[in-house]
Amino acid sequence: MTRFVPPLVLVALALLPLGLKDPYILNALIAGGIFTIGAISLNLLLGYTGQLSLGHIAFFGIGAYASALTALGFDVGLFGGVRIVHEGWHPFIGFLMAILVSGLCGYVVGRLSFRVRGAYFVIVTICFAEVVRLVALNWVELTQGPLALTSIPQMKLGFPGLGETTLRTKTQNLYLMLGVATLAYLVVARLVHSRFGRAMRGLKENEQLAMSVGVNATKTLTVAATISAAIAGAAGSLYAHYFRIIDPDVFLFSYTVTMVIMVVSGGKGTLAGPVIGGLIFGTLPVALRPYMAPEAQWIVYGAVLILILFLMPRGVAPWLDGLLSGRRKAASEKPPAAQPQLEGGA
Amino acid sequence: MLEIRDLECGYGPVAALKGVSLGVGEGELVALIGANGAGKSTTLRAISGLVKPRAGSIKFRGEEIAGADPAHVLAAGVAHCPEGRRGFPYMSVADNLAMGAYLRRDPIKVREDFDRVYSDFPRLAERRAQPAGTLSGGEQQMLAIGRALMSRPKLVMFDEPSLGLAPTIVEQTLGIIRSIRDDGATVLLVEQNAFAALELCDHAYLIETGRVVRKGAGKELIADPLVRAAYLGG
Repeated sequence: MTRFVPPLVLVALALLPLGLKDPYILNALIAGGIFTIGAISLNLLLGYTGQLSLGHIAFFGIGAYASALTALGFDVGLFGGVRIVHEGWHPFIGFLMAILVSGLCGYVVGRLSFRVRGAYFVIVTICFAEVVRLVALNWVELTQGPLALTSIPQMKLGFPGLGETTLRTKTQNLYLMLGVATLAYLVVARLVHSRFGRAMRGLKENEQLAMSVGVNATKTLTVAATISAAIAGAAGSLYAHYFRIIDPDVFLFSYTVTMVIMVVSGGKGTLAGPVIGGLIFGTLPVALRPYMAPEAQWIVYGAVLILILFLMPRGVAPWLDGLLSGRRKAASEKPPAAQPQLEGGA
Repeated sequence: MLEIRDLECGYGPVAALKGVSLGVGEGELVALIGANGAGKSTTLRAISGLVKPRAGSIKFRGEEIAGADPAHVLAAGVAHCPEGRRGFPYMSVADNLAMGAYLRRDPIKVREDFDRVYSDFPRLAERRAQPAGTLSGGEQQMLAIGRALMSRPKLVMFDEPSLGLAPTIVEQTLGIIRSIRDDGATVLLVEQNAFAALELCDHAYLIETGRVVRKGAGKELIADPLVRAAYLGG
């Protein structure tokens, strides 16, 4: 029944700005929402293929930089005195570039690591994120390094017949975030319920059998990584044009951890999971602000996470599903692995 | 239909098959029997492309399939129903069956095959929305057979379908395998229950440590002193 949660969240957040103008809360919701989009993309890999991308923030950050640089323009010298000069383009083209470049990076990382899978994919993604962070830090001519890319233009949207709007207010950006989040959710939902989704889940549950019915493991996982990275890139682009400043710290490991926590606490491998997890860990800072300092809040996050995983080991969404369908016990227990009841003598 | 010549396979330095040759004719039910570790399962895995052979040839309907991709072998018409009933435990029964038809692009005929499997195995129809891991052992074996049939195979290979099943379910399972053959498919059966397999099959091969040591009609092998001593308890 948790499939009704995401539409409810969408409607609630869409109606919220009608009554609420507090810029702090709107800002927190937008930031939380952008990371929830990242969590939705991570869930496609972690939840449905079982492959843990511990460098997922790399795709987010690459999207942020690709989008910002496309919109700002740059002038860099390459080897052999070749200079690439790019005049700033429309921010929406930046958004599309973010999807394209991040997706391409996802493809390359998938191609390199999915021949072996499992732990190797985890290691390759961690290394990838660190390498990308070092490049962002040291290629000062392109990225300004630690000085950060600043004055990134705000997102502009044009509608045929309606002219073009620059998204200046928080409310506008909230709707943009909700729009992109909805699209990301629908893309993942569509994929998961398709033949491709069965192939992903099949590989996760029984790789040998999936291959014996004709699933191409490397290809399936690479496609999943590409789509996941592209969605993360879109989230990164929103981040860049909303906050209007990015530095190499967007590649920090702790952001990946935030997304993993959202997915795992909400329920990996469920569509509602990252939305619920994102809502919990996106709104906690808002709820706690009147009562404690940001440093003390971290303790509460930790306690909430432990509590969720202790009470609902598979996450909030599967737990809610079990509760609502009255089959809580059946849902929270693993289906019994098929064990031979008798050992046949041969 | 299937011709295997001098097939050699191994896992790392260990040779599992040391030159296996066997043949399965169109519409036959052929059994492979032998002790644990003799190479029966490896033979099936080599045919379906899950293990790459080191040497030898596997011809299916005249086409060389040794070393081919599992997807290619399946598309050619060979379905493999692997040992252990474990399917996709968290996926529904219906999704498990759909996985069997993964490579097929003819939705209307796939629909027909769904209906056929459901009418052959009414228990699966009742439980189509349930996760496969919650089925009983016998039901999971039915599901594994149903999944293999969903690819509309010309040759179905069963690996130890009776392993770990209660005696009445074993009989039922072997009955289903016979009826699959009667419906026109060719069957290659690996079975540790040697007596049941020999009763059922047209002819059989006895494999020991990676080699075929006996072959013949099922009834002949039941009477064979070597087979009797080793597999039928004297």
